[in-house]
Amino acid sequence: MIYQGKQNIWSDYQKEIPDDHWYYVRSCIRQNFFPASEKMFMEICRNVLGKDIYENEHHTTCGGIAYHCDTIPQETVMTIVARQFALMTEAGYENYVASCITSFGNYTEILETWNEYPELEAKIRELLWKACRKEFRKPKHLAHSSDLIYKFRNEIAEKAKFRLVNKETGEPLRVVEHIGCHYAKMFPSKGVGGAEYPYVLAGMIESWGGNVIDYPERRHCCGYGFRQYHVKANRGYSISNTHKKFESMEPYKPDMIITNCPGCPYFLDRWQYVIAEMEGKTYGENGFGIPVFTYEEVAGMVLGYDPWDLGLQLHQVAVEPLLDKIGIEYSPEDKYKGLNKKDIMKPELPSGIRCF
Amino acid sequence: MMNIFGFRLSASSAIDMDKVDRTLFDKLCAEEPDARRCMSCGSCSATCPAGEFTGMSVRKVLHNLQRGKEREALKMVSSCMLCGKCNMVCPRGINTRHLILSVCRIYKTEESR
Repeated sequence: MIYQGKQNIWSDYQKEIPDDHWYYVRSCIRQNFFPASEKMFMEICRNVLGKDIYENEHHTTCGGIAYHCDTIPQETVMTIVARQFALMTEAGYENYVASCITSFGNYTEILETWNEYPELEAKIRELLWKACRKEFRKPKHLAHSSDLIYKFRNEIAEKAKFRLVNKETGEPLRVVEHIGCHYAKMFPSKGVGGAEYPYVLAGMIESWGGNVIDYPERRHCCGYGFRQYHVKANRGYSISNTHKKFESMEPYKPDMIITNCPGCPYFLDRWQYVIAEMEGKTYGENGFGIPVFTYEEVAGMVLGYDPWDLGLQLHQVAVEPLLDKIGIEYSPEDKYKGLNKKDIMKPELPSGIRCF
Repeated sequence: MMNIFGFRLSASSAIDMDKVDRTLFDKLCAEEPDARRCMSCGSCSATCPAGEFTGMSVRKVLHNLQRGKEREALKMVSSCMLCGKCNMVCPRGINTRHLILSVCRIYKTEESR
């Protein structure tokens, strides 16, 4: 195909995403924050798309949090990552898929560093051998799990039971997409659309029927920023950044937010409660907040999975008004029922922001 | 409201230029077109003998006036000794001393009204 003009420019912003046979590594924190997201990703890959995806229970953290908090040096992180690659090599896979944005940025940074400094790669190979007698091959393709959902977004749309559309008015929902900073801000060529026009989530929203909102602080950080949150004295800086984003998106009246990073949905969701308690301000309709989702949760919602199986009861901001808007059925009395209908107990509800 | 969190929101430092009243800055530019010729190289700040002790900087004065932060600009200007060193080093040949006097005249006249 011959690309011309803008098409030609846009082709520079694309990345090669492998079709099948993926080695998957989970995030350290996502399973605590949004526990069904990674499970739903595996479910979609295996049972909806029919792909070969493998995960190994022996993999560990990538060391990204400690690295970005300046707790451990890069050589340590590299050795941890080398071990993950060794596990992939032992399993016979070449396509490495990370669930976490920071891990994805970390792997990209390390592969680029080894590319520039081969002697460092040799040193890490030696360290890994001394530490655990393992050897590794570098992945042929490195992708973030949102890249895969993006690649197969139209297949998901074909199988979808719901669309991101207001069932009463027929209007597309107004959706804010928020990309994790480590996805393409460090290495723009490694993300779909680069750092300037990241399209990975916008593509999903458009395919599933929603309208993407463009607002002034669209590319601003969610406020997590590792050291800005992990040091308690800096948390005011963290929430001030989140507040800035919400103030900027508020006039556009978003129905929902979709994110592709472990930290972003957590902070955009939980800080809405803190802002409501501190300032008495909420950003959704009728005293509710703006619900924040991971892309796997949204994929699960449009595919018709039960909202409580997607773990939406663990969100701080109530998701029910949005489910009603789309027309997704749910059972309010089952919200706080776990597996086998076991009661997982209803939490204390806050006073500043409306919740169920 | 009581803050139970141990940290608080800080105000954004972003400046909304749509809300800045630029009447006086436009008046300054009309009388002193050099105000628009500054390229913010900082040579004036580097040579200013008052800068190290008082924070005076012609570059920052112009930035603050453009951004509607007049109080900060006038506080800086009050530290100027009119020695003219900035005048000598400006690569754009701006008569900075005259510019500062014009700032004092236009803004302080307006302030005293």
